[in-house]
Amino acid sequence: MAWDLEADRPIYAQLVERIQMQIVSGQYPPGTRLPSVRELAATAAVNPNTMQKAFAELERGGLILTQRTNGRSVTDDEELIRQVRSGLAKEHLDHFFLKMQELGFTRGETVELLKESAGRAPAGIERPGTGEEPEGTVKPEEMGSPKEREQGVEQ
Amino acid sequence: MNQLIEIAGLTKAYDSKHIAVNNITLSLPRGKIIGLLGPNGSGKTTLIKMMNGLLTPTHGNIRINGQFVGADTKAHVAYLPDRTYLSGGQKISRVLDFFCDFYLDFQRDKAMAMLQSLNIDPDMKLKALSKGTREKVQLILVMSRDADLYVLDEPIAGVDPAARDYILRTIINNYNPGSTILLSTHLIGDIESVLDEVIFMRYGHLVLYTSVDNIREQHGKSVDAYFREVFAC
Repeated sequence: MAWDLEADRPIYAQLVERIQMQIVSGQYPPGTRLPSVRELAATAAVNPNTMQKAFAELERGGLILTQRTNGRSVTDDEELIRQVRSGLAKEHLDHFFLKMQELGFTRGETVELLKESAGRAPAGIERPGTGEEPEGTVKPEEMGSPKEREQGVEQ
Repeated sequence: MNQLIEIAGLTKAYDSKHIAVNNITLSLPRGKIIGLLGPNGSGKTTLIKMMNGLLTPTHGNIRINGQFVGADTKAHVAYLPDRTYLSGGQKISRVLDFFCDFYLDFQRDKAMAMLQSLNIDPDMKLKALSKGTREKVQLILVMSRDADLYVLDEPIAGVDPAARDYILRTIINNYNPGSTILLSTHLIGDIESVLDEVIFMRYGHLVLYTSVDNIREQHGKSVDAYFREVFAC
């Protein structure tokens, strides 16, 4: 199942965001091994060089570690993952407030609406990773991870 | 010799009025998947045929791995033509034998594994296959070689979207960092996330050679959208 990518932004940047999301949402828990560049490139239906570039970017940020013998894994620095997660949350909030401002709501009004909306929200929504826009959420079929992917190739 | 392909002042004139490829100079690196894009009649297939020694340049030359195109380079270039050259009455297994004899770098096991994964029976005759399946078989033949350069002329033109995905996955899975894949197409949207770099051609001229992410960064649009803008009729 190819990843949905936007047409007007560099592909590698979108891959970085996507993998970041998979890490902070716990789809790839701290310390786990990541699929190989080639595997993940095939899943996403992108060029392996582009996936490599995305991995290099994530390595620079420290979220991914390369072990010479054991491929790549997610950092076990949970504090770092928390920081990245808060950073992403902040970006989404800023974006949200900006949108509300465009719709003509003051900050105060926006906060009121938010509280109201939170009261209505169904229980269980505060699980990390599900509060995102649909595009950012981890779709169940992609959580099937390496095994399913290999089967996918065989079809 | 760092660059895999070096094209110098390449021109092909069919007659004094019809210049299919006009003075192209270009170097292409190893380890990339490169799209050769351009409207119909822009000279893509002529360029590809010269890379494979099927047409002789009027001027200029092409070197692959430092060697001028000829019998030596053919051993290292795997070519998927825009039309089939296989005879329909042959069984797939017979074609595999033929490829084994003809190309030292042909990996029969790999071809068999790919056929099996697609549930294609090697005892079938080529003419009994659907158009899409025949195209898959031909791609399997080409990608089962261990070549330095894979030149694919319109590999996804005639197949359904699911088969297109399979073909793209086959290209990604068989990609190795030492070799380059050059593929021509006008179905850009379907393949641009698989490409590293793109070459735009028009009226036989080289218009642009750059990376996909460069186009997206500089112009804020997909290669597909940018192509439509550059080649707007």
